[in-house]
Amino acid sequence: MTEEIIIAGFGGQGVLSMGKILAYSGVMQNQEVTWMPSYGPEMRGGTANVTVIVSDERISSPIVHQYDTAIILNQQSMDKFEKTVKTGGILLFDPNGITHPPKRTDIKIFAIDGVEEATRMGNPKTFNMIVLGAYLKIKPVVKTENVEKGLRKSLPERHHKLIPMNIDAIKLGMEKVKEFSL
Amino acid sequence: MAAIEIKDIIKKENLVYGKTKILTDNIMHYCPGCSHGVIHKIVAEVIEELGIQEKTIGVSPVGCSVLAYNYLDIDWQQAAHGRAPALATATKRLLPDHYVFTYQGDGDLASIGTAEILHACNRGENITVIFVNNAIYGMTGGQMAPTTLMGMATATSPYGREAALHGYPLKITELIAQLPGVAYVTRQSVQTPAAVRKAKKAIKKGFENQDKKIGTSFIEIVSTCSSGWKLSPVDSNRWMEEHMFKFYPLGDLKDSERNSEEEYKKYIE
Amino acid sequence: MGELKLMKGNEAIAEAAMRCGCDGYFGYPITPQSEIMETLMLAKPWETTGMVVLQAESEVASINMLYGGASCGKKVMTSSSSPGISLMLEGISYLAGAELPCLIVNVVRGGPGLGTIQPSQADYFQTTKGGGHGDYQVIALAPASVQEMNDFVGLGFDLAFKYRIPSLILTDGVIGQMMEKVIVAESKPRWTDAEIKKISGTWATTGKTKDRERHVITSLNLESEKQEIHNHHLQAKYREIEVNEVRFEEFQTKDAEYLYVAYGSSARICQKSVQLARAKGIKVGLLRPITVWPYPTVRLSELANQVKGMLAVEMSAGQMVYDVRLAANGKIPVSHFGRYGGVIPSPDEVLVAMEKFIKEGK
Ligand SMILES: Cc1ncc(C[n+]2csc(CCOP(=O)(O)OP(=O)(O)O)c2C)c(N)n1
Ligand code: SF4
Ligand SMILES: [Mg+2]
Repeated sequence: MTEEIIIAGFGGQGVLSMGKILAYSGVMQNQEVTWMPSYGPEMRGGTANVTVIVSDERISSPIVHQYDTAIILNQQSMDKFEKTVKTGGILLFDPNGITHPPKRTDIKIFAIDGVEEATRMGNPKTFNMIVLGAYLKIKPVVKTENVEKGLRKSLPERHHKLIPMNIDAIKLGMEKVKEFSL
Repeated sequence: MAAIEIKDIIKKENLVYGKTKILTDNIMHYCPGCSHGVIHKIVAEVIEELGIQEKTIGVSPVGCSVLAYNYLDIDWQQAAHGRAPALATATKRLLPDHYVFTYQGDGDLASIGTAEILHACNRGENITVIFVNNAIYGMTGGQMAPTTLMGMATATSPYGREAALHGYPLKITELIAQLPGVAYVTRQSVQTPAAVRKAKKAIKKGFENQDKKIGTSFIEIVSTCSSGWKLSPVDSNRWMEEHMFKFYPLGDLKDSERNSEEEYKKYIE
Repeated sequence: MGELKLMKGNEAIAEAAMRCGCDGYFGYPITPQSEIMETLMLAKPWETTGMVVLQAESEVASINMLYGGASCGKKVMTSSSSPGISLMLEGISYLAGAELPCLIVNVVRGGPGLGTIQPSQADYFQTTKGGGHGDYQVIALAPASVQEMNDFVGLGFDLAFKYRIPSLILTDGVIGQMMEKVIVAESKPRWTDAEIKKISGTWATTGKTKDRERHVITSLNLESEKQEIHNHHLQAKYREIEVNEVRFEEFQTKDAEYLYVAYGSSARICQKSVQLARAKGIKVGLLRPITVWPYPTVRLSELANQVKGMLAVEMSAGQMVYDVRLAANGKIPVSHFGRYGGVIPSPDEVLVAMEKFIKEGK
């Protein structure tokens, strides 16, 4: 199994940390991972994206231009990455702020109202975990228990009290994700 | 009563404020609240008011203001990190009837470029230096600058600046003021309309001094970097007033009596 | 076995420095490698191992701090990115002339000039063909994974001290910014004074004692004959390194009819292109130089008897390709494919370039 994912949105949406948690979870179940961020001043208020690869084998290129899954969280990223999903691949997006929804018919498209659900949960910071949950429902690349282990390993001790809330957010995302039709 | 439409209001006779033509229409890349934008604007206004657009050459640094050439509609040279005063030296000497200024951050001017600025000022180059001191490396992501205050946390002084580890904040402006080649040294800020007016006056004087050929004019602007400081723009201004002004007090440090090239020559002798 | 961690390449360099008994790090912030100093400042190794960490006022100062520290027989290092390394070249030439061991990390970005902060491999000439003035070489290691970023810190120091030569890790923004799994080594203590005496006691400036002559670290020779003799000595050392220290990795070369030659992040991209090519039935392999100086010339010239052509893939306008051509020595066609100025090629793009090369034979 090799899963090549791009996560793209605004800086500040937790794009990079979502990717990091996914990568950590892969490590927790003994898989190979790479996490390659966009970097530099273009991230100042602009777009941020990260390529995460999770695989059972040694990973060759950490840079790919075609993805099994694209998780898209703003319109600029939709414009840039909708076309990069492999045929038969998956596109997951949050309709909030999307003015031109995806149109491709050769891929599977899912939507998650992450912003709305996070606001409803009373904690906008859980947004990226809700989206991660939605993704893991569609593609259970890593087990939820390994996400929890990953969080435990990657977060400093003083933040461990936040882990249950993050796990709840993941479960909520799993519940709320739905197939998107044009 | 007929409804008033916007187009009825936008008329020449109603104009109370207009953007100087020296500023281009490019959208600035600076973070919200960043001092660079305001400083660009007043430099541009000074150039317009003095009518010297065609005779002004700016030298931009490496730092967040590296792209200053996108915002002021004048000729520019973009220097290597810290070397702007060297470029300005040659430019002014080769084009003595032009107005030449450098625009530099604290890392650029007071760290990697210390040698260049000290020697340009010591030679009394007839240039204007705009020194934007935000006590941090904005562009590279908030590392410690030579002007970072004691105790201030940055990416490379995460536990706060400590003298034993990082040395003391450098009052480069005070050092520069000691040099005989320097005519005018002042420290200003731009966080309130009143401060902006004062800073603009200082910059104007700095440019006018080039006519008099009396040596270097050095204008420090104590500034904020909300991204580097990890504070909101409003809190940044407050923090600057509370902490920066204490260590970097505003006002003139030097305003030479000399008023003409002859007096300067006499003074040197 | 050491501990398993998930780290950025830049962080791995810092972590490895602290664990391998490094005595001092001196640097100046520049993207895309500032995390190295930031990680060190956060970890405060001066409180644990006693390692000194200092933000210098410029790269010129950093490299001369290395000259001072290395003169004392200490394990000292710096890191920077292309424009900063250019500033260091004078100092590197002095270090090479005075035969001082040290470690320099270059996380290359796109040039020339201020260029871009995105990844590039356009500092190959600067690294392998001298860079600064005079006839000199530095040992240059090119990691292709975060694990190698970690491993090459210790290896770089070992080689530097074995030959009294500066070692350089030649990497880029891809490997520096990427996170991968790393097994970090057990921590080694810094050398004691007695150990330094044993290793560098014949030359280091540790204070003249009664039992020895004074030690002077210099690269100056007023007499040209003496300077020529010194150059003979340096050249003999370089020849020895060329024999002993060449490192490379091969990937599916056994039955290969065509060969990619690529180092660092380009090699990772090519590895995927090899898989894509093989899936299409094209017999392509990859040779990855791990040391770009000394260069795997001998192995490449052997492979030139086996394959029908070699394609050098670099994120530059074509620099390493000259070394591939020298190795192939006209036996087979050698060509170059590169994206540059901060653009990273995709594995598919690299495969298309290979297919074109096979078809056109150039
Ligand atoms: C030789 C060299 N070293 C380092 C850098 C990286 N660099 C770019 S801007 C900068 C510091 C900028 O700080 P400052 O001058 O204070 O300007 P600010 O961004 O705060 O306005 C550094 C270190 C570089 N471009 N060139
Ligand atoms: S990082 Fe700081 S100096 Fe740079 S644009 Fe933002 S606020 Fe201004
Ligand atoms: Mg600054």
